[in-house]
Amino acid sequence: MKQLTILSGKGGTGKTTITASLAVLARNAVLADCDVDAPDLHMLLHPEVIKTQEFKGSKLAVIDKIKCDNCGFCREKCRFDAITETIEVDPIACEGCGVCAAICPADAITMTERVSGYAYMSKTKYGFMAHALLSPGETNSGKLVTLVRQNARILSEKENSDLIIIDGPPGIGCPVIASVTGVDVGLVVTEPTMSGIHDLQRALQLLEHFSVTPLVCVNMYDINKDNTEKILRFCKENSIEGVGRIPFNPKVTEAMVNGKTIIEYSPESDVAKEIEVIWKKLRSSLKSGEGFQKP
Amino acid sequence: MIVSVASGKGGTGKTSVAVNMALSVGNVQLLDCDVEEPNAHLLLHPDMHSTEPVYVLVPHINEELCLHCEECAKFCQYNALFASPEKILFFPELCHSCGGCTLSCPRQAITEEERRIGALKFGSAGTVELVYGELDVGEPMAVPLIKAVKKQIEDDKNVIIDAPVGTSCPVIETVRETDLCVLVTEPTPFGLHDLKITVQVLRKMKVPFAVVVNRAGIGDKKVYTYCKEENIPILLEIPYQRKIAELYSKGVPFSIEMPDWKEKFQTLFSEIRRLVEE
Repeated sequence: MKQLTILSGKGGTGKTTITASLAVLARNAVLADCDVDAPDLHMLLHPEVIKTQEFKGSKLAVIDKIKCDNCGFCREKCRFDAITETIEVDPIACEGCGVCAAICPADAITMTERVSGYAYMSKTKYGFMAHALLSPGETNSGKLVTLVRQNARILSEKENSDLIIIDGPPGIGCPVIASVTGVDVGLVVTEPTMSGIHDLQRALQLLEHFSVTPLVCVNMYDINKDNTEKILRFCKENSIEGVGRIPFNPKVTEAMVNGKTIIEYSPESDVAKEIEVIWKKLRSSLKSGEGFQKP
Repeated sequence: MIVSVASGKGGTGKTSVAVNMALSVGNVQLLDCDVEEPNAHLLLHPDMHSTEPVYVLVPHINEELCLHCEECAKFCQYNALFASPEKILFFPELCHSCGGCTLSCPRQAITEEERRIGALKFGSAGTVELVYGELDVGEPMAVPLIKAVKKQIEDDKNVIIDAPVGTSCPVIETVRETDLCVLVTEPTPFGLHDLKITVQVLRKMKVPFAVVVNRAGIGDKKVYTYCKEENIPILLEIPYQRKIAELYSKGVPFSIEMPDWKEKFQTLFSEIRRLVEE
């Protein structure tokens, strides 16, 4: 079983559009939406939920106001500024470390389980899908990503699927790290802007750090052809395969408005054709074993 | 006044709005809290003056004192300490710096030491002062670095904060205690969906907010219907224009090349002030 993560560093470069299109082309891959704080893949693939799971990512301090004698020791020791002047817990700031409960002289604080979100296993027209939704104001998205990936693995084993396609979150921090560790190939979707280039380089460093084979594609390449050239030259110089250049086309937004992938909505469009080319290159890269993690 | 600029969906134009607004208003301090992928400097082209490393506190176990009682590993909620048969293993990337292990050790065998996670960078462009954080690649935890950026806030300035993308911990830390959060969205299903999630988070946090619609003209009208139904003020619309996209791609803030926009960003800022003072 192979795993492919679509990532970008910079947000809004087209990760989800491309992931959904690859799902249609791959047939029978398992999809994993690892952008758990703002997931969008379901809006193109319309999953039917089979199983819902509570996500208990961290604990929450609860103060028993009857036992509490307002000494303020907890407030002094909390490193997350999660205890207010009136000695109440700010649930958004609390990271569930348990220090307050351990040091409270009146034994007034207990740590309780909190449900920080939900994980789902679902079925789509193009394969099974693992996804999740972090509840508003909850933290610990990295742990939820790990749960989504576990669920994807369970689905792929059960359904005999040999590929997991992961839609990664933007950035390079904890949820992204959780989305790329141990995968075979990371496809970085970039755009030919100064920010796109800057963020691409940091995303590539991240893949190198975790020994994941990088591939690059440039989305909306014709917005700035000089920058596209620069990106592709940079890739060549660093022996990174550039797998495609997708043009800007308003049909992509039209397809999204209609809740469809560009492959379904406009199969003859230049964008759909280029994504098909990218898919062929990805498939051979995954097959050739180049995608295997380096020792 | 402290204004944050955020959005659930990436690439809607947060940085563009933050930088163009900063350039149109005087006496500005611009903080880029997107420490995973800081981009404001790529539009602002500042002269950089200095860099300061940022550290978090992590445990250091004195092996000579350690009795291997495993209390620290039992205490740690983040699995950063693991009791192997021979010794206590520490995984620095998982540590949240809560200090609990130090408190839990009956032998005082644990002290805290500094570990670098990134850097603060200071610069300026004209009247705009810039501070941004840059997380070291491979470091998972953005929040301590965001806190370090926000410590630089100068109260007597017009502070504009460029937030990271999404709705989880880094965003929450960034918009916390700001006077108003500008939500930049685009009129597409993804834009609307992620806007709704962000609105829920901000309501829970009790941070006032208003919307800027970028790339107006693409997609559909549902963002407008939603804002109307929820009584969310739309303070500015930026139309989709290829020229704006091309200028952005070259790293040029469009209000410089299209001067009538400078006035629009000034109006945006005074609208924000009016909402904050209400």
